[in-house]
Amino acid sequence: MKSAPTLGVTLGATLRATAAVSAAAVLAVTATACGSSGPGAAGGSGGGGRVTVWTLQDTAFNPVQKKSVSAYNAASKDTRATMQTFVNDPYKQKLQTALGSPNAPDVFLNWGGGNLSTYVKSGEVADLSADLDATFTAKFLPSVLAAGTLDGKVYGVPMEGVQPVALFSNKDVFAAAGITAPPATWQDLLADIDTLKAKKVTPIALAGSQAWTELMWLEYLLDRVGGPEVFAGIQAGTPGAWDDPAVATALGMIRDLVERGAFGTNYGSVSQDSGGADALLAKGRAGMELMGSWEYAGQLATAPKFVKDGKLGWTTFPTVPGGKGDPKNVVGNPSNFFSVTAKSANRSDAVDFVKKTVTEPSYVSDLLSIGQVPAVAGIDAQIKASPNADYTGFIYQLVAGAPSFTQSWDQALDPATAQKLLTNLQKVFNKQSTPQQFVSAMDAK
Amino acid sequence: MSIAVPRGSDGRPGALWAVPALLYFALFAVVPMALVVALSFTDWSGLGSPHWAGARNWTRLLHDPGLGQSLRLSLLLTVVTWAVQTLICLPLGVWCAGPQRSRAVLGTLFFVPLLMSSAAVALLFGALLDPNFGLAHTVGPWIGVDDGNFIGDPHKALWTVTAVITWQFVPFHTLLYQAAARQVPAQLYEAATIDGAGRWRQFASITLPQLRNTVVTSSVLILVGSLTYFDIVLILTDGGPGTSTRILPLHMYLTGFSSFDMGYASVLAVLLLAAGTTLSLLVVRITGFRRMTSQREGL
Repeated sequence: MKSAPTLGVTLGATLRATAAVSAAAVLAVTATACGSSGPGAAGGSGGGGRVTVWTLQDTAFNPVQKKSVSAYNAASKDTRATMQTFVNDPYKQKLQTALGSPNAPDVFLNWGGGNLSTYVKSGEVADLSADLDATFTAKFLPSVLAAGTLDGKVYGVPMEGVQPVALFSNKDVFAAAGITAPPATWQDLLADIDTLKAKKVTPIALAGSQAWTELMWLEYLLDRVGGPEVFAGIQAGTPGAWDDPAVATALGMIRDLVERGAFGTNYGSVSQDSGGADALLAKGRAGMELMGSWEYAGQLATAPKFVKDGKLGWTTFPTVPGGKGDPKNVVGNPSNFFSVTAKSANRSDAVDFVKKTVTEPSYVSDLLSIGQVPAVAGIDAQIKASPNADYTGFIYQLVAGAPSFTQSWDQALDPATAQKLLTNLQKVFNKQSTPQQFVSAMDAK
Repeated sequence: MSIAVPRGSDGRPGALWAVPALLYFALFAVVPMALVVALSFTDWSGLGSPHWAGARNWTRLLHDPGLGQSLRLSLLLTVVTWAVQTLICLPLGVWCAGPQRSRAVLGTLFFVPLLMSSAAVALLFGALLDPNFGLAHTVGPWIGVDDGNFIGDPHKALWTVTAVITWQFVPFHTLLYQAAARQVPAQLYEAATIDGAGRWRQFASITLPQLRNTVVTSSVLILVGSLTYFDIVLILTDGGPGTSTRILPLHMYLTGFSSFDMGYASVLAVLLLAAGTTLSLLVVRITGFRRMTSQREGL
C-alpha cells in the first residue's frame, strides 16, 4: 500500500494473496496505531550464539531464505540462526520502534539508502567495514553495494535480487498498431503514444491511485534530463535543489504525457496493489507500463500465458535528446540489505551469518530460480543456465552496466519529505498543480 | 416497596462496582490521552527517545498548509454523512420495525454490511471501483462517469468515500431506529387511528417525537465517529488523489505513521480529541438529552 510501496508487490504474489496481505497489513497497522504494539513475542537477542534474523514475508523468497538458514545452522557448530518474517507495510513501523529496544533483532532486512541512513544516524546499525574484507565486498555490483554504504562505511549487505525500473510492453498491442520496436528515444515514445491512442488503446498503463508508480516517471526523466547529480543534491538536502531547471523540465514532460492522453483518463482510480495496471497490460488494453523488475514475476503469476507466449516485452527507459544523464543510468530499488544492529549481543555471530549466506552459490542459484537477479558480480554464466534467462540476463546487464543506480526517491528521502513529494507529484499528474507549484511546494519548509 | 434493601442504601450498587470499568478507562483512555498531550511537546520519529520541543509543534499548526483543507474535508464529511445517514436510517428503521414477514427477510439482508470489518468493506469497494475491470466500468457510464474514474477524480473522490461509509453504517443506525420504533407503545397509534389521524400524521406526531432520544444517540455516534474515522479512506484512497480526501484523522495518521513525525501528529490528535469532546457535549446540551426526560408521560 503506502510506506514501502515500491516493494508492495512481491515476487510471485497473486492478486488474491496481495489482497489478503493488504488486509492483514491494514489490520496490523490499525492495531499498531491503537498503541497496543507490545514487544515481539520471540524477539530479543538472547546471547549464546543465537542470531535472530528479521525479514519480509514473501511467498517465493522465504523458502529460499529458510533453506539458506538451515544450511548455515547445519554447517556452524555453535551458532543458531532463527528467521522471523513480517508483512511489508507494518514492518517499517515495527523496525522504527524495535531498533534500540531490548527486542531488537541481530540481523534485519532493510531497503538501504535514506531509510538505512536514518537508522545509522540514530546509532542503531553496526559499521561492518572492519568485519568485511575487500574480497567479500568485491563480490557485489558496486552500484548496488553503494546503497548499503554511507560515508565510505558498509552498513548493509545486498541479500536479495536487484529491482531496477524498466519499460514493459505488450508485443501483441505493438504489432496490431504497427509498432515494430520498443521506443528507444523520447521522440519514439511520443510517436508510439499517438499511434496507440489512435488505435483506441491506452498507451501507457499507470496505477495513479498509488503515487509511487507515478514517481518512477519523474525519477527516470530527471536522471535523463539532468543526470543523477540533481537528485543527489535533493537527497543531501542542498538548499534550492528542487529549483534546478531539470526538475521543472522533467515535470513539464510529464505534463505533456498527461495532456497527450498517454495514461488515458481514469488512471487516478487504478491501483497497483490490486493489479489494476498489470491487468491492463496483460489483457492488451494498454501498450506499455513503467514498473520495477518484479513486473515479470508478477505477470508470470497472474497472467502466465501472456509471459510464456513471449508477449511481454521489456526495454530500458528511452533516451532524452540533449539530456545530461548517461542513458545507461537506472533507477529503482538497488536491492534489499541485511544489516546488523549496533547493540546486538551476538555481533560476531551475526556478521558470520551474513558473510556465510548471501553470496553462497546455492543461494545465488536459488534466487535465480525464482526469477530474482542477485547483486553478485560475475554470475553471467549462472544466469544463462537459469530459467527465464532472457529476462534475468537483461536485468543483470541493465544493472551491471549502469554507471549510477538511483534509489527510489520515496525510499531515499526522509519519510516526511517522501510523503510530501508523493502527494505533490500526484497533484501534477492529476493536473491540480503545475510544475512550478510542485517546485515551490517542495521548497517550502 | 416490598423489596428489602440494606439500611442506608438507595438500592443502587456501591462505587466499588465501578472500579473495574474506571480502571480500564484510565488505562486505555486517560493515560494514552495524557501521553499524547505530553508527546505533542516533543520531537519523536518513533526511533530512540523523544526530545523536548517546547511549543514548536503547536505553532506549526498555524503554518500547516494541509490543516485547513483537512478540517474542511472532515467537516464536510461529517455533515454529509450525518444528513444522508439520518435521512436513510430513520425511515428505513421505522419501516423495518413493522410486523410483516417480508420486512424481516429484507431487514436481515440490510444488515449484511454490518457483519464486515471496515478493512473488508474498503478492499471490496476498492475492487468494485477499479475503472477498467470493476463495477465502476459498467455503472460509471449510466451515471455520467464514462471512464469510471471515481476515486481518482479530485472532485468525486470525497463523495465516493462518503457513499462507501454510508453503505457501511446505514445498517447500524437503522438497527437503532428499528429497536426504538418497536418500543413505541401501540396504544398511541390505536388512539390516533380512532382520532382519525392518517399514516403521515401518525409518523409526524407520534413516531418522530418518540424517536427523539434515538436521533440524538445516533447523531452523536455519527458526528463523533466521523471525526475519528479513517480506515476506509486509508485503504480506498490513502487521502488522495493529491490531498482531496485527506481528512483530519488521516492527516494525523499519515503525519505520525508515514512521515514518522509523532510530535506534530500528537498535536493533531489533541485537536481531534478536543473537537470530538466539544461536539458531543454540544449536541447533548443543545438537544436537552442530558436531562433524560421521558417521552412517555401518562402511559
